[in-house]
Amino acid sequence: MMTITFADLIPLQPLLIATLTVVLVMSAVAVKRNYVIAYSITLLGLILAGLASFYLMPNANYQVTPLLIINAYSLFFTGLVCLTAAGICVFCFPYFLDLQDDKEEYFLLLGLATIGSIVLVSSNHFVSMIIGIETISMSLYGMVAYPVQNGRYAAHALEAAVKYLVLSAAASGFMLFGMALIYAQTGTLEFTSLTHSLSNDGIGESFSITAFILLFSGLAFKLSLAPFHIWTPDVYEGSPLPSTIYLATIGKAVIFIVLLRVVVSTDALSLQSVSNAIALIAVVSIILGNLLALLQKNIKRILSFSSIAHMGYLLIALIASLDSEGTISIETITIYLVAYIIMSVGAFGVASAYSSSDKELDNVEDYKGLFWRDPWLACIFTGMLLSLAGIPLTVGFIGKFYVFFAGVESELWGLLLVLVIGSGIGLYYYLRIVYTMLLSSNDNENSSSGIISKNFATHAVLALTFLLLLLFGVYPAPLTLLVESISSSIL
Amino acid sequence: MILIWLISILFIGGILAWASERYNQNYPRNIALLTVLLDLLLMLSILPSEPITSEWITVFQIDWIPRFGISLYFALDGLSLLLIILTAFLGAISIGSAWNEIKTQTGFFYFNLLWTLAGVIGVFTALDLFLFFFFWEVMLIPMYFIIAIWGHENKNYAAMKFFIFTQVTGMLMLVSILVLAYSHYAQFGSYSFKYEDLLSVSLASSLQFWVMLGFFISFTTKLPSVPFHSWLPDAHSQAPTAGSVILAGILLKTGAYGLIRFAVPLFPEASLTFAPIAMGLAALSILYCAKVAFAQSDIKRLIAYTSVSHMGFVTLGVYAWNEQALQGAVMTMLAHGLSAAALFMLAGGLQHRIHTRNMGDMGGLWTQVPRMAVVAVFFSVAALGMPGLGNFVGEFLALLGAFQTNIPATVIAAFGLILASVYSLWVIQKVFHGEYSGEHFDEAKLTDLSRREMFYFGAMMLGLVWMGMYPQSFLDLSQPVLAQLLSSSQGVVSNLAGIQ
Repeated sequence: MMTITFADLIPLQPLLIATLTVVLVMSAVAVKRNYVIAYSITLLGLILAGLASFYLMPNANYQVTPLLIINAYSLFFTGLVCLTAAGICVFCFPYFLDLQDDKEEYFLLLGLATIGSIVLVSSNHFVSMIIGIETISMSLYGMVAYPVQNGRYAAHALEAAVKYLVLSAAASGFMLFGMALIYAQTGTLEFTSLTHSLSNDGIGESFSITAFILLFSGLAFKLSLAPFHIWTPDVYEGSPLPSTIYLATIGKAVIFIVLLRVVVSTDALSLQSVSNAIALIAVVSIILGNLLALLQKNIKRILSFSSIAHMGYLLIALIASLDSEGTISIETITIYLVAYIIMSVGAFGVASAYSSSDKELDNVEDYKGLFWRDPWLACIFTGMLLSLAGIPLTVGFIGKFYVFFAGVESELWGLLLVLVIGSGIGLYYYLRIVYTMLLSSNDNENSSSGIISKNFATHAVLALTFLLLLLFGVYPAPLTLLVESISSSIL
Repeated sequence: MILIWLISILFIGGILAWASERYNQNYPRNIALLTVLLDLLLMLSILPSEPITSEWITVFQIDWIPRFGISLYFALDGLSLLLIILTAFLGAISIGSAWNEIKTQTGFFYFNLLWTLAGVIGVFTALDLFLFFFFWEVMLIPMYFIIAIWGHENKNYAAMKFFIFTQVTGMLMLVSILVLAYSHYAQFGSYSFKYEDLLSVSLASSLQFWVMLGFFISFTTKLPSVPFHSWLPDAHSQAPTAGSVILAGILLKTGAYGLIRFAVPLFPEASLTFAPIAMGLAALSILYCAKVAFAQSDIKRLIAYTSVSHMGFVTLGVYAWNEQALQGAVMTMLAHGLSAAALFMLAGGLQHRIHTRNMGDMGGLWTQVPRMAVVAVFFSVAALGMPGLGNFVGEFLALLGAFQTNIPATVIAAFGLILASVYSLWVIQKVFHGEYSGEHFDEAKLTDLSRREMFYFGAMMLGLVWMGMYPQSFLDLSQPVLAQLLSSSQGVVSNLAGIQ
């Protein structure tokens, strides 16, 4: 009974453009291998897809097949995902330039992962959700293991990819089992028709609880929430930097969006055990993520543990959605994800500006004296780190402000206390990196001076993230108004 | 509008100073000094010629984040005006003290210095609580850089400790602010962070206590007061001289200002019931830190502990919550701003000359540096509360006012005055009297105060004498503000007193 009319295709434009991009890159590679052409097509396609989704955003509200819902909210994230992917694409270009291997397929994988992300942020159905998640994961396995032929770093990349593959498949298993249980309970896979029908009908409440906990643990794995976080530092560290960025930003954000949709439309939090479990995971993630980050010497590992903590902060906002009025917790999650994407792209981007597939500069020590050697990039990096710590003037503060607000509104005093403690611990490791950059570099000239990225596009993307970081930090009104207006459409 | 200018001049000046470094190492300090002097002139131009009648001297308001009813809402009254003049004055002095001391990365140094000052002026003038919190945090980051880059041997530890203490307690205040804003929403149907709006919010008394505590902890960490003071000796001893001047002279006063402007007026009932504890902590601060000061061999740590001790009088005055005590607290803030800044500059000057802060290595310096010795005696005597100088007026009024509400705490606190004279004279004796031996340092470097240094010490002396001899000119400015604050909380206070 499913027919797609031409009118249905219009809201699908971003998805179609992204798909077309991938097909074009693949054909181009088949005709003639050329790194620059593959790069240009991908970049252009992603930017176009991003612009198309922002263009469609006003007044959009389409249900395209039961699988996808295209509204202002999903288009906002589609646009964000495409533009972020375009930014990552820019970082890739100099990074893989000297790779002694076929390097054009990386863009293919990047495009594919983006298709998965677009599907996921628009998904309204467990089928499209699993399709989206698997598309992203499959592409990421390849992206993580990409420099596998490349000497010294190969072992790490392969190890990371296998770890991610095995654990991710297990997590998908949990998720599918949860979905099956939900289906057994309700007889539907659509999010919207699940609403409020869970605890009353079917086999019973404990059945629903089991289903949601299983589903949630699968998603928690993808979000690297403690105690499902074990893979995170190794995979972050072993992957080439552009893949790490993709995994850390888009990979996390889109999963969180789908989690938000599931939670909001099924009202899963009204089951006491589910919300208790989520609260517990939030506490453990915040404390553990921050504490473990203290012990790390590698920037990628520090940021991976800090991302665990940040996902924990987001869970506070998610829990707040249970009994807060209006859309404040959805707005919180949206703003925080935007902030998180901006600052993660910026922070990893600086690292990638100093790195190539041959040598990654990811030890804290390598950044000693950066402030005096390369003040521009050091400033950006400092800004990103302060933003991750939630200091004003940056967008990270606005995000944290929202989380606090959502918590206060739902009177989650215990979780707020954990948030305060966690942020306090977090300051220490962020400031430690900042302090290392401030040290005078005279006493270790040998290690890292001299390597300064000269790629103009990389610097332009970093400058743009820095600008957004400050702009939304100092004058967040446009962002908050936009987010307020789109957030109501998710309900 | 002038308030926006006061702040943005400093922000812009900071950027200019940083940018000018590439042309000449000496440009930043000149630009910084000009910026601060320009700001000071602007402030003096707002000084009202006749007694203030309306509530605010000048107000600026424009929407900022309409989603939460947050606006850029600045307002200036007599109290704020006194404090921002102190800020600009000490800002200029601190640039003077950094003039020859800071030789590396001068551009970035003056950038941070000016941005700290901008943050402080923002704190003293912001009347939207979100904006207040924003500036509260903004002044931290440049101060962190000042300590972490140009500090002394243990700068990383000190800077980190300073930042984490203030930031973590700041987040407690943020939670409190949000509870207030949300309660406003619950009671009036709209979000607001405006000071006047939040004054009208009424909270359940159990909640009010916790919310008040969030403010109290944050402000007394900055002030600081026992038991949240331990960051201060480290930060002071490790900071460069200009950093110490700003920390002791200005940053500590933001905590006191917060108590007067926000903590008590927003929660009059909870504050009244909490007052005995706060005054007890103040008395404890005064005696304990005076005692600990004796145990220091590091001259900067010693002065830092005496700072904590003196700020105890401010807490004491604020929680006595009557006009005399509040006047005393304000005068103490101003006078201590000058005297502590001067003492830190002397200590910094000594360290710059002989590369040690250890008092054991000094002694008998009077004959070598007579001008410095005289200046040191003057400011020590000011700090111990000699009548005729500003500190005496402040501490005396604070004790006088506190005596009316809490006699035991006041009696205990008064012993602080005795301890203060003992440790002040002890420092003078250790450093300037006794046997001179130049073996611990390079004698050739030990030069007396230069004309430039004498100039700014002279300016501060003048300020202290003025405060001591004719305090009325300061009291007149702050009196209407304090009277207003008192009368607005009067109803609640008398109600509670009636019940008891």
